[in-house]
Amino acid sequence: MLKFLQMGGYAAYVWPCYALTAVVVALNIRWARASLRSAQRDARRRLAGLKADT
Amino acid sequence: MTWVWFHRFGSPPHFYRLASRLTPWFAWPAGLLCLAGLIGGLVLAPPDYQQGDGFRIIYVHAPAAWLSLMVYVVMAVSAAIGLIWRMPVAQAVAASCAAIGASFTLVALVTGSLWGRRMWGTYWEWDPRLTSELLLLFLYLGYMGLRNAIDDLGRADRASAVLAIVGVVNVPIIHYSVVWWNSLHQAPSVMKFGRPSMPPSMLIPLLLMLAGFTAYFVALLLIRARGELLRRERTARWIADALC
Repeated sequence: MLKFLQMGGYAAYVWPCYALTAVVVALNIRWARASLRSAQRDARRRLAGLKADT
Repeated sequence: MTWVWFHRFGSPPHFYRLASRLTPWFAWPAGLLCLAGLIGGLVLAPPDYQQGDGFRIIYVHAPAAWLSLMVYVVMAVSAAIGLIWRMPVAQAVAASCAAIGASFTLVALVTGSLWGRRMWGTYWEWDPRLTSELLLLFLYLGYMGLRNAIDDLGRADRASAVLAIVGVVNVPIIHYSVVWWNSLHQAPSVMKFGRPSMPPSMLIPLLLMLAGFTAYFVALLLIRARGELLRRERTARWIADALC
C-alpha cells in the first residue's frame, strides 16, 4: 500500500493531478445541479406569480 | 420524414423530458467506466520504461484535454445551430458547455504543467501545444464573460455564438500543433492513424477513462441544458407541466 502511495517516487506529481481532477469533477456535478435547481425555483416562482395575477 | 427526429429533439418540452430521463443512463456508466479506468491505470498497468509511475498522470491529463476540445466543438456546433435556426434547445446546450469546458481546460493545463515539471524540468514553456491550449481557456472565459455582460438572453446567445464559431479554428491547431511544429509535447499516441503507440495494458484503461469522461460530460450537459431551457422559455405553458 505504501509503495502504491509513493508512486515510484512520483507521488508529489501524480497525486496532486488526481486530486485536482477529482475536485473539478465533483464541483461540476454540484454546479450543474445548483444551476438546474435555481432555474426550477425561478420558474416555479414565475408560475405562481402568473396564477396570482389571473 | 427524416426531419421528424430533428423537430422532436428541437422541441423544448420533449427535450426537457428526454434529458431528465437520459441523465442516469450516462451518469452511472460514467462512474463505472472511470472506476474501471482508475483501477486499470493506477494499479494494473505496468510502470512506463522511461517515466516509471509518473506516466500515470496521463489517465487524468488526457481525458481532461480531450474534454477541453470536445466540449468546445459541441459548444460551437450547437451555438451555430442555435444562431441559424433559432432553436432554443441548441442555444441552451451551447450556453451549458462553457463552464464545463473551461474547468477541464484548466485541469489539462495544470496536470500538464506538473507532468512537464517532472519530465521536461519546467512548469511552463511557450510551446505551440501549451500556448494554443491556454488560448482555448481564454476563448471559454471570453465566451462566459461576453454572456455575462449582456442581460438579454437572446442577444447574449447570438453574440456569444459568433465568438464560439470563430474560435473553433483553434481546435485543429491544438490537435495538430505537435505535428506541425517542434513541440516539447509528445505526438498523439491514441488519436492518430494506424496503431496506437501503447501496449493494451496501458491503452485500455486510458480508453475507459476517455469514455467515462465523455459520458460524464453528457450527463452534466443534460442537467445544465434543462436549467438553461427553463430560463429561455419563460412563458411557455409546458413548464407548468414539466415542473409538477
